[in-house]
Amino acid sequence: MNESANNKTAQKPEKARYTRDLIIAGVLLLAALALFFLMRSRQARDTGTGAQAVVTVDGQEVGRYPLQKSGTFPLNGGSNILVVENGEAWVSDADCPDKVCMGMGKISRNGEFIACLPNRLLIVVEGAAEQSPVDGMT
Amino acid sequence: MKTKKLTVMALTTALAMILSFVESQIPAFVAVPGVKMGLANIAVVFALYKLGWKEAAAVSLVRVVLVSLLFGSIASLFYSFAGAVLSLAGMGLLKRSGKFTEIVVSVAGGILHNIGQIAMASLILETDALRYYLPFLLVSGTVAGVVIGVVSAIMVKRIRIDTD
Repeated sequence: MNESANNKTAQKPEKARYTRDLIIAGVLLLAALALFFLMRSRQARDTGTGAQAVVTVDGQEVGRYPLQKSGTFPLNGGSNILVVENGEAWVSDADCPDKVCMGMGKISRNGEFIACLPNRLLIVVEGAAEQSPVDGMT
Repeated sequence: MKTKKLTVMALTTALAMILSFVESQIPAFVAVPGVKMGLANIAVVFALYKLGWKEAAAVSLVRVVLVSLLFGSIASLFYSFAGAVLSLAGMGLLKRSGKFTEIVVSVAGGILHNIGQIAMASLILETDALRYYLPFLLVSGTVAGVVIGVVSAIMVKRIRIDTD
């Protein structure tokens, strides 16, 4: 009797172990989702004047582009083309084979970024005013 | 025993490479950077349960090097390598504890692979901005990990190897 109680975890039927692991995975997924939405809600979208796209190559800053100034800018000697319009920035063209940076979409919130790993290029949004949800309500 | 084990390892590595290639041909997974099914992890989890930790590490690392050289770039080799090492360590420890099935092991592998890649990319790009991307990858990594874990569990159960 005592022995069987000790072996309970090891003797658990296979099916129950899989069910339990699926539940663990589900809890992990919920935690990840919560973290995702929490972080996203903290990234204020800013239509004011502060936000700019900061471009770095190899960790060295090479330019800042205010998101309120529309335009098309060749970066890194033309390897990537940055487009700024309506307070958003995106990469419209790239010379790398995988075009991942073009698929990363438009960025406008603080901390959102576009990375082109082959060209070691990074575009990050900085300086967008932090808007707390409380301010939004008042 | 040696020859047979070596043969099974080679077969598993080949399978991992084919799965990597198949995955790279699916546009939906290439569009969003970092988001992956991690099909090759089926072969690694399989090796982990059937052959052992060292063998799984060999399968995974040989696969990463070969796939990066064949279909990727030197840059992709660094990212994949960091992801694979972290993922192997985590999966090995969880498997060793004997408490978890392929599902939790595979989910941990997927998540750790993403963390390893983000860490390496942050090092190379010399930035900490990529951490904003991590929660998104955690979600996709967990979902992919469950799918891969279920498939791996079926394979481990159905395929018998007598390595002795």
